[in-house]
Amino acid sequence: MAHAVNTRTKGNRGPVTGTATGQRKRKPFLLDLYSTSVGKKYVMAVTGIVMIGFVVVHMVGNLKMYLGAGDFNHYAEFLRELLVPILPRTVALWLFRGGLLASVLLHIHAAYGLTRVNHNARSVKYQSERDYQVANFASRTMRWTGIIITLFVLWHLADLTWGTLNAVGTNGTFVRGDVYNNVDRSLSRVPVAILYIVANIALGIHLFHGVWSLFQSLGWNNPRFNKWRRQLATGIATIVVVGNVSFPVAVLAGIVGN
Amino acid sequence: MTVIDHHPEMPVGAPAAHGKHLTNITLTIWRQSGPDAPGKFESYTIDSISDEASFLEMLDVLNEKLIGENLEAVTFDHDCREGICGTCSLMIDGQAHGPQKGTATCQLHMRKFESNATIVIEPWRATAFPIIKDLMVDRSAFDRIIESGGYITAPTGGAPDANLIPIAKPVSDAAMDSAACIGCGACVAACPNGAANLFTAAKVSHLNLLPQGQAERYSRTEAMVETMEEYFGSCTNHGECESACPKGISIDVIALMNKDYFKSKIKNRRNLDRN
Repeated sequence: MAHAVNTRTKGNRGPVTGTATGQRKRKPFLLDLYSTSVGKKYVMAVTGIVMIGFVVVHMVGNLKMYLGAGDFNHYAEFLRELLVPILPRTVALWLFRGGLLASVLLHIHAAYGLTRVNHNARSVKYQSERDYQVANFASRTMRWTGIIITLFVLWHLADLTWGTLNAVGTNGTFVRGDVYNNVDRSLSRVPVAILYIVANIALGIHLFHGVWSLFQSLGWNNPRFNKWRRQLATGIATIVVVGNVSFPVAVLAGIVGN
Repeated sequence: MTVIDHHPEMPVGAPAAHGKHLTNITLTIWRQSGPDAPGKFESYTIDSISDEASFLEMLDVLNEKLIGENLEAVTFDHDCREGICGTCSLMIDGQAHGPQKGTATCQLHMRKFESNATIVIEPWRATAFPIIKDLMVDRSAFDRIIESGGYITAPTGGAPDANLIPIAKPVSDAAMDSAACIGCGACVAACPNGAANLFTAAKVSHLNLLPQGQAERYSRTEAMVETMEEYFGSCTNHGECESACPKGISIDVIALMNKDYFKSKIKNRRNLDRN
């Protein structure tokens, strides 16, 4: 333990002397908010809510596969025909996709910026072992579960949206719109099924902290409902993980598929 | 008449008349001769210490011993030693203010430790808290935050009567809970991100909750948050700060600060009296 460490501080943040700092140059409202750490956490919370909404609806929609190929493929077609008398076919779907993509990019960009700020805020780490009291596995691994989820989503799109990785190592080919068979073909591959299960557990861990955390970031704090925040986070994480993990298990068990 | 049960000429650390003693305590302490000097851990042994000694008294005993051996004493921050000034610090076995909840290091006693223990002592570590020497850090970044908004507009002249402004009891209690902050920096030290959100939020909410603090409510929140962000990391809601806080200040105040910060960006401050 008796190793020498240079603890000289890096950057231009400290040591600190003098009086309070002057007025910052103001940007337009949303950019001004986003340029601060508290504002970035706001953005992470709001984009998080959008993505939580997506993963819950995505899981519920996928439950249709238990009703058979007809129902499942009909549901997939329904998504393309969403709001059709008002909007042309697939336009509503693309609007949702655009909002979701913007949320994902903002969430990742804010996380990256905050991570850099946080690393600079302790440029010399503790030289002895920390004894964390309440920080849990989920809160300590948000960056890693986030990276796992991002990489998985890219694989997932290549597998079941673009189809480029759907038929690798299987007989048959990806058929656009034949969702039921595409899912069956993909998840019949054991390594792929394991990948889906692992990624969804990472998603559950991320949600366990994220759903709780967003209430704090947005300032939604009231003794009347505070005790429900943890239950809500555990509930959403559990429902999403159980639902999503059931799909590869069902395919491998032969409950779903031909 | 004052009863002295401890003879003034009795050497510090000598066996007391009552109480248990701990023996053979190994202290692994961060030694650093100056702000820019390289530092390292060094080990020292305390042969025997009363379990009634406070942690800082134990360090006093060590320093007496070091001075007796013509070695340099360990520099550490301390002042009131009764848990109200916020001067003492120390990362003890990886926990800010040591293993006892709700107390500063000065109120931690050796009875929390066992004989033959090895205790690792490190200074607070944050870029905004540069080390001055050994275990002493410069916490003036907190002063910069206070300067930027930790005040109220008050009428000068004669002192107003007490209780002249009606304040609901729960509000006054909440403001008092925030005002309990002694500015020790344990929240920053404990935070995996080196964030000062609990300190800043305690100071912001203390004034923002009370009628006297309303005049500067939004300018204060904006200025204090942005000054904080010049020096410190950001909150990821681990809750380590709340756990380390010697005053048990809840992270609820961080949510309150976050909410007021957002409002500070959208409120039309010319119409504030309309809400």
